[in-house]
Amino acid sequence: MAATDAALPEGQPHHGGTVLVRRHSGLVRITHWINVLAIFFLLISGLQIFNATPALYIGQYADFDHPVMSLTAKNTPSGPVGITQIGGLHFNTTGLLGLSMYDGQWAARGFPGWATVPSYQDLATGRRWHFLFAWLFAINGAVYLIAGLAGGHLWRDLVPTDSDLLGIGRSIVEHAKLHFEHVRQYNVLQKLAYLGVILVLIVLVLAGMTMSPGLDAAFPFLVDLFGGRQTARTIHFICATLVVLFVVVHVVMVLISGVWNNLRSMITGRYAVSAESEAHVD
Amino acid sequence: MLTRRLPSRRNFLRGLAVSASAAVLAGCDRLDALSQSDWFRKNVLHVGEDINTAVQRFFLKPTSLAREFSEADISKKFKANGSTNPDDPAYRALAANNFADYRLKVGGLVENPMEFSLADLRAMPARTQITRHDCVEGWSCIGKWTGVQLALVLDKVKLKPEARFILFTCFDTLEQTLDDTGRYYETHALEDAFHPQTILAYGMNDNVLDIPHGAPLRLRTERTLGYKMAKYIRSIDAIDDYSKISRGNGGFWEDRGYDWYAGI
Repeated sequence: MAATDAALPEGQPHHGGTVLVRRHSGLVRITHWINVLAIFFLLISGLQIFNATPALYIGQYADFDHPVMSLTAKNTPSGPVGITQIGGLHFNTTGLLGLSMYDGQWAARGFPGWATVPSYQDLATGRRWHFLFAWLFAINGAVYLIAGLAGGHLWRDLVPTDSDLLGIGRSIVEHAKLHFEHVRQYNVLQKLAYLGVILVLIVLVLAGMTMSPGLDAAFPFLVDLFGGRQTARTIHFICATLVVLFVVVHVVMVLISGVWNNLRSMITGRYAVSAESEAHVD
Repeated sequence: MLTRRLPSRRNFLRGLAVSASAAVLAGCDRLDALSQSDWFRKNVLHVGEDINTAVQRFFLKPTSLAREFSEADISKKFKANGSTNPDDPAYRALAANNFADYRLKVGGLVENPMEFSLADLRAMPARTQITRHDCVEGWSCIGKWTGVQLALVLDKVKLKPEARFILFTCFDTLEQTLDDTGRYYETHALEDAFHPQTILAYGMNDNVLDIPHGAPLRLRTERTLGYKMAKYIRSIDAIDDYSKISRGNGGFWEDRGYDWYAGI
């Protein structure tokens, strides 16, 4: 049904038995697309910043000999290789992580040039991109959260109801079968995913703030919250990874559960649902 | 009004993949060009760091202290970064004699310029603090620093009312240039210069400060990133403006694109 319900007149039953409803408020739509822009730039500038020390540590200070994760390059008799180390595991990631091609030559870099801004190694400029979009993201997120709490969007649309939670098993089965209901409300897995990513993003921002020596002096509890600046940096990275995973799953779900309907609902607000489901709502 | 000619899902996805890779390639070049544009750097990219500075200035009281740790928290290995063994002749000469001839010159916009030997500085009240050193590169080390509060030194020379910044000129040349703009220097606001944890350190981890970490004298400003904490200090001057010094941005790394405030 994805390709056929692109331009339905609102409110009228369609031959497929669908009606258009207003699904996303203007505020949700605007903050969503600002988020897309901000998170994209935060990610690619964040990878640039990570590349300045392509390793993660736990604790108050960096125990250089014991990173929990690192991306390194080393020479071997058969040429240079890129190594990704996570805990006690080592993977050969030549070409992608640790060692990648840049301008036709092998370069020892954590993440490759095509994934960073600027594409060449430049921490100072990466930081400028990062802070610019960090503020856009923070202000946008604050507007969303305040409006969502005050206006009820978070409680009404995102917090699962008891019956949602009881039906979680059925919802998982439906998702696994790639069978998607088109109704006004989010299903329980959507609610949990959206609430979850909001939580992850809040932790991510706090962990980012904890990396600041200035903010740590102003708000000493930040360091205690994360158990050290280096742990905070690791958590910042893990949260960013979770956000990337969320985005991948989110985009796949948008594509396979009716791409035009989903895109239209996040642009114009209008979403085609089964007329039957709306009859129940009324 | 009705657009019925929609691409099939397969074609749509294929188109998406092709345009995405083209966009990535074109986007990389475009973003690199923006990253190098002076106008864009100054007027757009810098906005985030300007807000950082304003917000941190708002929340950081003069009395807000950086955390001080215990002996048990000290890093086993404290990384030395930037210059680690300056080869500038004036520095080598002093190092050869174990800095016995070292004199810290303090001048500029002050009532009575003075010179301090290391013995003079050690004779002043000392402050010892175990603090976390945060490098802009992302790593941290914890060390124990002993020195004299910069405020005590500045009180002795008495700043003139027009003084707004404190300039630290260093012995080390971190980048070879023809016009001496590769020499390390830093500037600080008076608020940070007079902060109780801002010290001129001559000792580290209960030893005399060693050459890799900035002997004979280095700055500690514990609420900033590491590059603000000049090593190998040659002289200190009170100034009213740093735009005429070196490349005009108030520090060696600031001249190379890093933020002056450096609180995050």
